[in-house]
Amino acid sequence: MVKISPSEITPEHVYLNRRKFMAAAGAAVGSLALAACSAAPLTGRGATIVEDKPPAAPVRRAENLPPALAHAEPTAGADRDELGDPLNKFEEITNYNNFYEFSTNKEAVAVEAAKFNPYPWQVEVTGLVNNPFVIDIDDIYKRYTQEERIYRLRCVEAWSMVIPWVGFPLASLLKDADPKSAAKYVKFVTVYRPEEMRGQRMNILEWPYQEGLRLDEAMHPLTILATGMYGKPLTNQQGAPIRLVVPWKYGFKSIKSIVTIELTEEMPATTWSTAAPHEYGFYANVNPTVDHPRWSQASERRIGELGRRPTLMFNGYAEEVAYLYEGMDLRRNY
Amino acid sequence: MKSACIAFAAFLRREGFWWAVTLAALTPLFWLLWRAASGDLGVDPVNTINNVTGRAAMIALFLSLACTPLSTMFGFHRALTVRKSLGLIAFFYASLHLLNFVGLDYGLNLELIVRDALLSKPYILAGSLAFLLLLPLALTSTRGWMRRLGKRWKRLHRLVYVAGALAVLHFLWQAKAPERWEPMIYGALLSLLLVVRIPRIRRSLSIRSTQAVKNAARANRTWQPSE
Repeated sequence: MVKISPSEITPEHVYLNRRKFMAAAGAAVGSLALAACSAAPLTGRGATIVEDKPPAAPVRRAENLPPALAHAEPTAGADRDELGDPLNKFEEITNYNNFYEFSTNKEAVAVEAAKFNPYPWQVEVTGLVNNPFVIDIDDIYKRYTQEERIYRLRCVEAWSMVIPWVGFPLASLLKDADPKSAAKYVKFVTVYRPEEMRGQRMNILEWPYQEGLRLDEAMHPLTILATGMYGKPLTNQQGAPIRLVVPWKYGFKSIKSIVTIELTEEMPATTWSTAAPHEYGFYANVNPTVDHPRWSQASERRIGELGRRPTLMFNGYAEEVAYLYEGMDLRRNY
Repeated sequence: MKSACIAFAAFLRREGFWWAVTLAALTPLFWLLWRAASGDLGVDPVNTINNVTGRAAMIALFLSLACTPLSTMFGFHRALTVRKSLGLIAFFYASLHLLNFVGLDYGLNLELIVRDALLSKPYILAGSLAFLLLLPLALTSTRGWMRRLGKRWKRLHRLVYVAGALAVLHFLWQAKAPERWEPMIYGALLSLLLVVRIPRIRRSLSIRSTQAVKNAARANRTWQPSE
Protein backbone atom coordinates (compact mmCIF):
# COMPACT_ATOMS: atom_id res chain seq x y z
CA MET A 1 0.00 0.00 0.00
CA VAL A 2 1.34 3.39 -0.97
CA LYS A 3 1.11 5.87 1.85
CA ILE A 4 0.66 9.56 1.19
CA SER A 5 2.07 11.84 3.82
CA PRO A 6 0.40 15.22 4.39
CA SER A 7 3.56 16.97 3.18
CA GLU A 8 3.02 15.40 -0.26
CA ILE A 9 -0.49 16.73 -0.59
CA THR A 10 0.19 20.18 0.81
CA PRO A 11 3.08 22.35 -0.37
CA GLU A 12 5.59 22.56 2.44
CA HIS A 13 5.34 26.30 3.08
CA VAL A 14 1.56 26.12 3.39
CA TYR A 15 1.92 23.10 5.64
CA LEU A 16 4.43 24.89 7.85
CA ASN A 17 2.33 28.05 7.99
CA ARG A 18 -0.65 26.01 8.97
CA ARG A 19 1.40 24.49 11.74
CA LYS A 20 2.45 27.96 12.88
CA PHE A 21 -1.13 29.18 12.72
CA MET A 22 -2.29 26.23 14.75
CA ALA A 23 0.42 26.85 17.32
CA ALA A 24 -0.61 30.51 17.57
CA ALA A 25 -4.27 29.58 17.75
CA GLY A 26 -3.45 27.04 20.41
CA ALA A 27 -1.54 29.64 22.40
CA ALA A 28 -4.43 32.09 22.07
CA VAL A 29 -6.97 29.52 23.22
CA GLY A 30 -4.62 28.53 26.03
CA SER A 31 -4.24 32.10 27.20
CA LEU A 32 -7.99 32.60 27.07
CA ALA A 33 -8.46 29.47 29.11
CA LEU A 34 -5.89 30.70 31.59
CA ALA A 35 -7.58 34.08 31.75
CA ALA A 36 -10.93 32.39 32.30
CA CYS A 37 -9.49 30.44 35.19
CA SER A 38 -8.04 33.43 36.98
CA ALA A 39 -10.29 35.60 39.09
CA ALA A 40 -8.46 38.79 38.12
CA PRO A 41 -10.19 40.93 35.50
CA LEU A 42 -8.88 40.93 31.94
CA THR A 43 -7.00 44.18 31.63
CA GLY A 44 -5.18 43.76 28.35
CA ARG A 45 -2.97 41.06 29.78
CA GLY A 46 -4.50 38.44 27.56
CA ALA A 47 -3.39 40.23 24.42
CA THR A 48 0.24 40.43 25.43
CA ILE A 49 0.58 36.78 26.37
CA VAL A 50 0.42 35.64 22.74
CA GLU A 51 3.13 38.05 21.63
CA ASP A 52 5.34 37.48 24.65
CA LYS A 53 7.91 34.74 24.58
CA PRO A 54 6.69 31.59 26.31
CA PRO A 55 7.56 31.43 30.00
CA ALA A 56 10.97 29.97 30.80
CA ALA A 57 9.50 26.91 32.47
CA PRO A 58 6.02 25.47 32.12
CA VAL A 59 3.76 26.48 34.96
CA ARG A 60 0.98 24.06 35.74
CA ARG A 61 -1.67 25.18 38.13
CA ALA A 62 -2.06 22.61 40.86
CA GLU A 63 -5.86 22.68 40.64
CA ASN A 64 -5.71 21.42 37.03
CA LEU A 65 -3.63 18.45 38.00
CA PRO A 66 -4.87 15.08 39.21
CA PRO A 67 -3.83 14.19 42.78
CA ALA A 68 -1.14 11.77 41.52
CA LEU A 69 0.68 14.70 39.85
CA ALA A 70 -0.12 17.53 42.24
CA HIS A 71 2.70 17.12 44.77
CA ALA A 72 4.82 20.15 45.54
CA GLU A 73 7.88 18.07 46.33
CA PRO A 74 9.09 14.86 44.64
CA THR A 75 6.99 12.10 46.17
CA ALA A 76 6.94 8.35 45.60
CA GLY A 77 4.78 5.62 47.11
CA ALA A 78 7.75 3.32 47.74
CA ASP A 79 11.50 3.72 47.90
CA ARG A 80 12.36 0.48 46.08
CA ASP A 81 11.37 -1.51 43.01
CA GLU A 82 9.98 -5.05 43.31
CA LEU A 83 13.52 -6.46 43.16
CA GLY A 84 14.51 -4.45 46.22
CA ASP A 85 16.65 -1.85 44.44
CA PRO A 86 16.34 1.77 45.56
CA LEU A 87 14.77 4.46 43.36
CA ASN A 88 17.11 6.84 41.64
CA LYS A 89 17.01 10.39 42.93
CA PHE A 90 14.81 12.98 41.27
CA GLU A 91 17.93 15.02 40.42
CA GLU A 92 19.63 12.03 38.78
CA ILE A 93 16.61 11.19 36.66
CA THR A 94 16.10 14.78 35.53
CA ASN A 95 19.75 15.59 34.77
CA TYR A 96 20.81 12.57 32.73
CA ASN A 97 18.61 12.36 29.66
CA ASN A 98 18.95 11.13 26.14
CA PHE A 99 16.75 13.56 24.23
CA TYR A 100 18.59 14.46 21.03
CA GLU A 101 15.92 17.02 20.16
CA PHE A 102 17.66 19.22 22.74
CA SER A 103 21.24 17.98 22.95
CA THR A 104 23.31 14.85 22.48
CA ASN A 105 24.94 15.58 25.84
CA LYS A 106 22.89 13.82 28.51
CA GLU A 107 23.73 16.38 31.16
CA ALA A 108 23.00 19.39 28.93
CA VAL A 109 19.48 18.32 27.95
CA ALA A 110 17.89 19.73 31.13
CA VAL A 111 19.32 23.19 30.43
CA GLU A 112 18.44 23.17 26.72
CA ALA A 113 14.92 21.92 27.46
CA ALA A 114 14.15 24.72 29.92
CA LYS A 115 13.00 26.93 27.02
CA PHE A 116 10.50 24.36 25.78
CA ASN A 117 6.87 25.16 26.58
CA PRO A 118 4.72 22.06 26.20
CA TYR A 119 1.38 23.65 27.14
CA PRO A 120 -1.18 23.65 25.67
CA TRP A 121 -0.76 20.13 24.26
CA GLN A 122 -2.88 17.81 22.21
CA VAL A 123 -2.41 14.19 21.25
CA GLU A 124 -3.98 12.87 18.07
CA VAL A 125 -5.04 9.23 17.94
CA THR A 126 -5.51 8.27 14.33
CA GLY A 127 -5.02 5.65 11.62
CA LEU A 128 -6.80 2.30 11.59
CA VAL A 129 -9.28 3.07 14.35
CA ASN A 130 -13.06 3.31 14.40
CA ASN A 131 -12.99 6.32 16.69
CA PRO A 132 -10.12 8.69 15.88
CA PHE A 133 -9.81 11.61 18.29
CA VAL A 134 -7.69 14.51 19.43
CA ILE A 135 -7.37 14.89 23.17
CA ASP A 136 -6.00 17.73 25.29
CA ILE A 137 -3.48 16.89 27.99
CA ASP A 138 -5.84 18.25 30.66
CA ASP A 139 -8.53 15.85 29.43
CA ILE A 140 -6.02 13.01 29.50
CA TYR A 141 -5.42 13.77 33.18
CA LYS A 142 -9.17 13.72 33.82
CA ARG A 143 -10.20 10.78 31.68
CA TYR A 144 -7.48 8.29 32.64
CA THR A 145 -6.67 7.54 36.26
CA GLN A 146 -3.04 8.50 36.82
CA GLU A 147 -1.21 5.90 38.87
CA GLU A 148 2.35 5.29 40.00
CA ARG A 149 4.50 2.63 38.30
CA ILE A 150 8.02 1.97 39.56
CA TYR A 151 10.00 0.67 36.58
CA ARG A 152 13.61 0.01 35.73
CA LEU A 153 14.84 1.90 32.68
CA ARG A 154 17.70 0.26 30.78
CA CYS A 155 19.42 2.45 28.19
CA VAL A 156 20.98 0.80 25.15
CA GLU A 157 24.19 2.58 26.26
CA ALA A 158 24.32 0.09 29.18
CA TRP A 159 23.29 2.29 32.10
CA SER A 160 20.08 2.01 34.05
CA MET A 161 17.85 3.72 36.63
CA VAL A 162 14.79 2.92 38.76
CA ILE A 163 12.07 5.51 38.13
CA PRO A 164 8.71 6.10 39.85
CA TRP A 165 6.61 7.07 36.83
CA VAL A 166 3.07 8.36 37.00
CA GLY A 167 0.85 7.46 34.08
CA PHE A 168 -1.80 5.12 32.74
CA PRO A 169 -1.93 2.05 30.53
CA LEU A 170 -1.63 2.85 26.82
CA ALA A 171 -4.26 0.13 26.36
CA SER A 172 -6.95 2.38 27.93
CA LEU A 173 -6.37 5.08 25.34
CA LEU A 174 -6.20 2.59 22.47
CA LYS A 175 -9.45 0.94 23.58
CA ASP A 176 -11.14 4.34 23.41
CA ALA A 177 -9.95 4.68 19.83
CA ASP A 178 -11.24 1.18 19.04
CA PRO A 179 -8.59 -0.25 16.69
CA LYS A 180 -9.86 -1.83 13.47
CA SER A 181 -9.09 -5.49 12.94
CA ALA A 182 -6.53 -4.59 10.25
CA ALA A 183 -4.44 -2.63 12.79
CA LYS A 184 -1.27 -4.54 13.65
CA TYR A 185 1.12 -1.86 14.83
CA VAL A 186 1.14 1.45 16.69
CA LYS A 187 3.28 4.32 15.48
CA PHE A 188 4.25 7.22 17.76
CA VAL A 189 5.55 10.63 16.69
CA THR A 190 7.33 13.27 18.79
CA VAL A 191 6.46 16.95 18.44
CA TYR A 192 8.39 18.85 15.74
CA ARG A 193 9.34 22.30 16.99
CA PRO A 194 12.77 23.24 15.68
CA GLU A 195 12.34 26.78 17.06
CA GLU A 196 12.23 25.38 20.57
CA MET A 197 14.26 22.22 20.04
CA ARG A 198 17.81 23.03 19.05
CA GLY A 199 18.67 19.46 18.10
CA GLN A 200 15.90 19.39 15.49
CA ARG A 201 17.68 22.21 13.64
CA MET A 202 20.65 19.87 13.24
CA ASN A 203 20.97 16.95 10.92
CA ILE A 204 21.74 14.36 13.61
CA LEU A 205 18.67 12.15 13.18
CA GLU A 206 15.63 12.20 10.94
CA TRP A 207 13.05 14.48 12.59
CA PRO A 208 10.48 14.18 13.99
CA TYR A 209 11.44 11.18 16.11
CA GLN A 210 9.27 8.13 15.48
CA GLU A 211 8.80 4.90 17.33
CA GLY A 212 6.57 1.88 17.06
CA LEU A 213 5.20 -1.14 18.87
CA ARG A 214 3.38 -4.24 17.79
CA LEU A 215 -0.28 -3.90 18.83
CA ASP A 216 -0.02 -6.67 21.43
CA GLU A 217 3.04 -4.97 22.96
CA ALA A 218 1.15 -1.68 23.00
CA MET A 219 -1.85 -3.31 24.68
CA HIS A 220 0.31 -5.02 27.31
CA PRO A 221 -0.60 -3.84 30.85
CA LEU A 222 3.04 -2.89 31.59
CA THR A 223 3.10 -0.43 28.68
CA ILE A 224 2.13 3.02 29.93
CA LEU A 225 1.86 6.58 28.76
CA ALA A 226 3.66 8.53 31.47
CA THR A 227 2.57 12.05 32.38
CA GLY A 228 4.67 12.46 35.48
CA MET A 229 7.34 11.18 37.78
CA TYR A 230 7.85 11.37 41.56
CA GLY A 231 4.33 12.73 41.90
CA LYS A 232 4.92 15.74 39.64
CA PRO A 233 4.27 16.40 35.95
CA LEU A 234 7.09 15.27 33.64
CA THR A 235 9.94 17.73 33.27
CA ASN A 236 10.66 18.91 29.73
CA GLN A 237 13.87 16.87 29.56
CA GLN A 238 11.88 13.69 30.31
CA GLY A 239 9.46 14.25 27.44
CA ALA A 240 6.76 16.53 28.84
CA PRO A 241 3.87 16.43 28.89
CA ILE A 242 3.35 12.81 27.81
CA ARG A 243 5.67 10.00 26.79
CA LEU A 244 5.72 6.27 26.30
CA VAL A 245 7.32 3.91 28.84
CA VAL A 246 7.94 0.30 27.80
CA PRO A 247 10.08 -1.05 30.65
CA TRP A 248 11.26 -4.27 28.99
CA LYS A 249 12.70 -2.46 25.97
CA TYR A 250 15.77 -0.24 25.63
CA GLY A 251 15.09 3.36 26.58
CA PHE A 252 15.04 4.74 23.04
CA LYS A 253 11.76 2.89 22.40
CA SER A 254 10.08 5.00 25.09
CA ILE A 255 9.43 7.98 22.82
CA LYS A 256 9.02 11.42 24.42
CA SER A 257 6.69 14.41 23.96
CA ILE A 258 4.17 12.48 21.84
CA VAL A 259 1.77 14.32 19.51
CA THR A 260 0.56 11.49 17.28
CA ILE A 261 -0.42 7.90 17.92
CA GLU A 262 -1.32 6.13 14.70
CA LEU A 263 -2.49 2.55 14.24
CA THR A 264 -1.10 0.94 11.13
CA GLU A 265 -1.14 -2.33 9.26
CA GLU A 266 2.55 -2.23 8.29
CA MET A 267 5.47 -2.18 10.73
CA PRO A 268 6.28 1.52 11.10
CA ALA A 269 9.77 2.84 10.44
CA THR A 270 11.49 3.89 13.66
CA THR A 271 14.09 6.64 13.91
CA TRP A 272 17.04 4.65 15.23
CA SER A 273 16.49 1.59 13.07
CA THR A 274 16.38 3.96 10.08
CA ALA A 275 19.61 5.69 11.18
CA ALA A 276 21.53 2.46 11.86
CA PRO A 277 19.49 -0.62 10.80
CA HIS A 278 22.16 -3.17 11.72
CA GLU A 279 22.54 -1.70 15.23
CA TYR A 280 18.97 -0.95 16.28
CA GLY A 281 16.01 -3.11 15.42
CA PHE A 282 12.28 -2.61 15.70
CA TYR A 283 11.90 -4.77 18.81
CA ALA A 284 14.88 -3.55 20.89
CA ASN A 285 13.97 -5.80 23.81
CA VAL A 286 16.46 -5.67 26.68
CA ASN A 287 18.37 -8.90 26.17
CA PRO A 288 21.73 -9.73 27.79
CA THR A 289 22.35 -12.52 25.27
CA VAL A 290 22.02 -10.39 22.14
CA ASP A 291 24.85 -7.89 21.85
CA HIS A 292 24.82 -4.54 20.14
CA PRO A 293 27.22 -4.95 17.19
CA ARG A 294 29.76 -2.74 18.93
CA TRP A 295 29.29 -3.65 22.58
CA SER A 296 28.00 -6.33 24.93
CA GLN A 297 24.60 -5.90 26.54
CA ALA A 298 25.33 -8.46 29.27
CA SER A 299 25.99 -5.91 32.02
CA GLU A 300 24.94 -2.42 32.97
CA ARG A 301 25.86 0.33 35.39
CA ARG A 302 23.06 1.47 37.68
CA ILE A 303 23.30 5.25 37.98
CA GLY A 304 24.39 6.04 41.54
CA GLU A 305 26.36 2.81 41.87
CA LEU A 306 29.94 1.86 41.12
CA GLY A 307 30.73 -1.40 39.42
CA ARG A 308 28.32 -3.31 37.20
CA ARG A 309 25.33 -5.54 37.58
CA PRO A 310 24.17 -8.23 35.18
CA THR A 311 21.46 -7.16 32.75
CA LEU A 312 18.27 -9.17 33.21
CA MET A 313 16.30 -10.79 30.40
CA PHE A 314 13.54 -8.36 29.33
CA ASN A 315 14.98 -6.02 31.98
CA GLY A 316 13.57 -8.26 34.71
CA TYR A 317 10.05 -8.40 33.26
CA ALA A 318 10.43 -11.78 31.51
CA GLU A 319 7.65 -13.39 33.52
CA GLU A 320 5.21 -10.74 32.34
CA VAL A 321 6.25 -10.32 28.71
CA ALA A 322 8.22 -13.34 27.45
CA TYR A 323 5.05 -14.91 25.99
CA LEU A 324 4.80 -12.05 23.48
CA TYR A 325 7.90 -13.35 21.72
CA GLU A 326 7.35 -17.11 21.90
CA GLY A 327 8.74 -18.87 18.85
CA MET A 328 10.54 -15.75 17.65
CA ASP A 329 14.28 -15.69 16.97
CA LEU A 330 15.29 -12.78 19.19
CA ARG A 331 18.76 -12.74 17.70
CA ARG A 332 17.27 -11.93 14.32
CA ASN A 333 14.45 -9.76 15.69
CA TYR A 334 16.74 -7.51 17.76
CA MET B 1 64.89 42.23 45.65
CA LYS B 2 66.09 43.37 42.28
CA SER B 3 68.36 40.36 41.91
CA ALA B 4 65.45 38.07 42.81
CA CYS B 5 63.44 39.69 40.03
CA ILE B 6 66.28 39.23 37.58
CA ALA B 7 66.69 35.60 38.64
CA PHE B 8 62.96 35.03 38.22
CA ALA B 9 62.97 36.65 34.79
CA ALA B 10 65.86 34.44 33.81
CA PHE B 11 63.97 31.39 35.08
CA LEU B 12 60.90 32.40 33.10
CA ARG B 13 62.99 32.85 29.96
CA ARG B 14 64.60 29.49 30.48
CA GLU B 15 61.72 27.36 31.78
CA GLY B 16 58.59 29.50 31.64
CA PHE B 17 57.39 27.92 28.41
CA TRP B 18 57.83 24.40 29.78
CA TRP B 19 55.92 25.23 32.97
CA ALA B 20 53.15 27.07 31.14
CA VAL B 21 52.54 24.20 28.72
CA THR B 22 52.83 21.51 31.39
CA LEU B 23 50.44 23.25 33.78
CA ALA B 24 48.01 23.96 30.93
CA ALA B 25 48.11 20.28 29.96
CA LEU B 26 47.30 19.36 33.55
CA THR B 27 44.24 21.65 33.82
CA PRO B 28 41.79 18.83 32.96
CA LEU B 29 43.20 16.94 35.95
CA PHE B 30 42.88 19.97 38.27
CA TRP B 31 39.35 20.52 36.99
CA LEU B 32 38.38 16.91 37.72
CA LEU B 33 39.96 17.04 41.19
CA TRP B 34 38.18 20.28 41.97
CA ARG B 35 34.85 18.86 40.83
CA ALA B 36 35.46 15.68 42.82
CA ALA B 37 36.34 17.68 45.94
CA SER B 38 33.14 19.71 45.67
CA GLY B 39 31.14 16.51 45.09
CA ASP B 40 30.10 17.63 41.62
CA LEU B 41 31.22 14.96 39.17
CA GLY B 42 27.76 14.90 37.59
CA VAL B 43 24.98 12.32 37.65
CA ASP B 44 27.31 9.60 36.38
CA PRO B 45 30.84 10.28 37.77
CA VAL B 46 32.26 7.23 35.97
CA ASN B 47 31.12 8.71 32.68
CA THR B 48 32.42 12.19 33.54
CA ILE B 49 35.88 10.88 34.47
CA ASN B 50 35.85 8.67 31.40
CA ASN B 51 35.03 11.55 29.05
CA VAL B 52 37.50 14.03 30.53
CA THR B 53 40.48 11.68 30.82
CA GLY B 54 39.93 10.10 27.41
CA ARG B 55 39.81 13.41 25.58
CA ALA B 56 42.68 14.87 27.63
CA ALA B 57 44.87 11.85 26.80
CA MET B 58 44.26 12.21 23.07
CA ILE B 59 44.73 15.97 22.99
CA ALA B 60 47.98 15.76 24.99
CA LEU B 61 49.19 12.98 22.67
CA PHE B 62 48.41 15.05 19.57
CA LEU B 63 50.11 18.12 21.05
CA SER B 64 53.23 16.06 21.72
CA LEU B 65 53.06 14.82 18.11
CA ALA B 66 52.85 18.43 16.92
CA CYS B 67 56.16 19.39 18.58
CA THR B 68 58.51 17.95 15.98
CA PRO B 69 56.76 19.47 12.92
CA LEU B 70 56.52 22.80 14.77
CA SER B 71 60.26 22.72 15.21
CA THR B 72 61.34 21.44 11.81
CA MET B 73 58.82 23.29 9.67
CA PHE B 74 58.14 26.49 11.50
CA GLY B 75 61.44 26.82 13.30
CA PHE B 76 59.69 26.84 16.65
CA HIS B 77 62.37 24.84 18.40
CA ARG B 78 61.09 25.50 21.90
CA ALA B 79 58.30 23.05 21.16
CA LEU B 80 60.84 20.25 21.50
CA THR B 81 61.32 21.09 25.18
CA VAL B 82 57.72 20.06 25.97
CA ARG B 83 57.45 17.00 23.72
CA LYS B 84 58.37 14.50 26.41
CA SER B 85 56.31 16.21 29.09
CA LEU B 86 53.21 16.20 26.85
CA GLY B 87 53.77 12.56 25.95
CA LEU B 88 54.03 11.55 29.60
CA ILE B 89 50.95 13.59 30.48
CA ALA B 90 49.06 11.80 27.68
CA PHE B 91 50.15 8.48 29.19
CA PHE B 92 49.11 9.68 32.64
CA TYR B 93 45.58 10.56 31.40
CA ALA B 94 45.38 7.24 29.55
CA SER B 95 46.27 5.48 32.82
CA LEU B 96 43.53 7.35 34.70
CA HIS B 97 41.11 6.49 31.88
CA LEU B 98 42.02 2.80 32.20
CA LEU B 99 41.89 2.81 36.02
CA ASN B 100 38.45 4.42 35.92
CA PHE B 101 37.27 1.73 33.50
CA VAL B 102 38.78 -1.19 35.40
CA GLY B 103 38.07 0.08 38.92
CA LEU B 104 35.05 2.35 39.05
CA ASP B 105 33.18 1.08 35.99
CA TYR B 106 33.88 -2.67 36.19
CA GLY B 107 34.60 -2.84 39.94
CA LEU B 108 37.86 -4.80 39.33
CA ASN B 109 35.77 -7.74 38.15
CA LEU B 110 38.40 -9.28 35.85
CA GLU B 111 36.16 -12.04 34.55
CA LEU B 112 33.56 -9.46 33.52
CA ILE B 113 36.21 -7.20 31.99
CA VAL B 114 37.48 -10.00 29.79
CA ARG B 115 34.12 -11.52 28.82
CA ASP B 116 31.93 -8.43 28.75
CA ALA B 117 34.42 -5.85 27.53
CA LEU B 118 37.62 -7.12 25.92
CA LEU B 119 36.02 -9.98 24.01
CA SER B 120 32.79 -8.31 22.98
CA LYS B 121 33.57 -4.62 22.60
CA PRO B 122 36.01 -4.01 19.74
CA TYR B 123 36.55 -0.44 20.89
CA ILE B 124 37.78 -1.69 24.27
CA LEU B 125 40.26 -3.92 22.47
CA ALA B 126 41.51 -0.97 20.40
CA GLY B 127 41.84 1.22 23.49
CA SER B 128 43.65 -1.49 25.44
CA LEU B 129 46.12 -2.01 22.59
CA ALA B 130 46.75 1.73 22.39
CA PHE B 131 47.54 1.75 26.11
CA LEU B 132 49.83 -1.30 25.82
CA LEU B 133 51.77 0.46 23.05
CA LEU B 134 52.14 3.65 25.09
CA LEU B 135 53.43 1.76 28.12
CA PRO B 136 56.95 0.93 26.81
CA LEU B 137 57.21 4.45 25.37
CA ALA B 138 56.54 5.99 28.77
CA LEU B 139 59.01 3.61 30.43
CA THR B 140 61.78 4.41 27.94
CA SER B 141 61.22 8.17 27.96
CA THR B 142 64.27 8.87 30.15
CA ARG B 143 67.66 10.06 28.88
CA GLY B 144 69.22 6.86 30.18
CA TRP B 145 66.98 4.67 28.02
CA MET B 146 67.48 6.98 25.07
CA ARG B 147 71.24 6.44 25.35
CA ARG B 148 70.93 2.73 25.97
CA LEU B 149 68.63 2.13 22.98
CA GLY B 150 70.48 4.48 20.62
CA LYS B 151 69.01 4.28 17.11
CA ARG B 152 66.45 1.73 18.23
CA TRP B 153 64.86 4.35 20.54
CA LYS B 154 63.57 6.35 17.60
CA ARG B 155 62.23 3.24 15.91
CA LEU B 156 60.53 2.09 19.12
CA HIS B 157 58.95 5.49 19.66
CA ARG B 158 57.40 5.43 16.21
CA LEU B 159 54.84 3.12 17.87
CA VAL B 160 53.19 6.32 19.06
CA TYR B 161 51.67 6.72 15.56
CA VAL B 162 50.01 3.32 15.87
CA ALA B 163 48.86 4.11 19.41
CA GLY B 164 47.36 7.40 18.19
CA ALA B 165 45.51 5.67 15.37
CA LEU B 166 44.19 2.99 17.74
CA ALA B 167 43.04 5.70 20.16
CA VAL B 168 41.07 7.42 17.38
CA LEU B 169 39.55 4.06 16.40
CA HIS B 170 38.69 3.43 20.06
CA PHE B 171 36.89 6.78 20.21
CA LEU B 172 35.14 6.29 16.86
CA TRP B 173 33.90 2.75 17.50
CA GLN B 174 32.10 3.60 20.70
CA ALA B 175 30.35 6.67 19.24
CA LYS B 176 26.77 6.60 17.99
CA ALA B 177 26.22 7.81 14.44
CA PRO B 178 25.15 11.36 15.42
CA GLU B 179 28.22 11.72 17.64
CA ARG B 180 30.83 10.55 15.15
CA TRP B 181 31.81 14.07 14.15
CA GLU B 182 34.00 14.43 17.22
CA PRO B 183 36.20 11.34 16.73
CA MET B 184 36.29 12.29 13.02
CA ILE B 185 37.87 15.61 13.96
CA TYR B 186 40.43 13.80 16.11
CA GLY B 187 41.10 11.47 13.20
CA ALA B 188 41.60 14.40 10.84
CA LEU B 189 44.04 16.06 13.27
CA LEU B 190 46.03 12.85 13.65
CA SER B 191 46.09 12.35 9.86
CA LEU B 192 47.44 15.86 9.43
CA LEU B 193 50.16 15.21 12.02
CA LEU B 194 51.08 11.97 10.23
CA VAL B 195 50.94 13.39 6.71
CA VAL B 196 53.44 16.16 7.49
CA ARG B 197 55.85 13.39 8.52
CA ILE B 198 55.85 11.75 5.09
CA PRO B 199 59.40 12.51 3.86
CA ARG B 200 58.38 14.08 0.53
CA ILE B 201 55.73 16.29 2.06
CA ARG B 202 57.98 17.19 4.98
CA ARG B 203 60.73 18.26 2.61
CA SER B 204 58.53 20.42 0.42
CA LEU B 205 56.97 22.07 3.47
CA SER B 206 60.38 22.57 5.09
CA ILE B 207 61.85 24.27 2.01
CA ARG B 208 59.04 26.74 1.97
CA SER B 209 59.39 27.36 5.65
CA THR B 210 63.18 27.79 5.49
CA GLN B 211 62.50 30.34 2.80
CA ALA B 212 59.98 31.96 5.09
CA VAL B 213 62.50 32.01 7.93
CA LYS B 214 65.06 33.67 5.65
CA ASN B 215 62.53 36.21 4.49
CA ALA B 216 61.54 36.94 8.05
CA ALA B 217 65.17 37.32 9.07
CA ARG B 218 65.78 39.75 6.17
CA ALA B 219 62.67 41.71 7.12
CA ASN B 220 63.88 41.74 10.67
CA ARG B 221 67.25 43.13 9.68
CA THR B 222 65.78 45.96 7.65
CA TRP B 223 63.36 46.72 10.41
CA GLN B 224 65.89 46.73 13.25
CA PRO B 225 67.71 50.04 12.44
CA SER B 226 64.53 52.01 12.75
CA GLU B 227 64.12 50.67 16.31
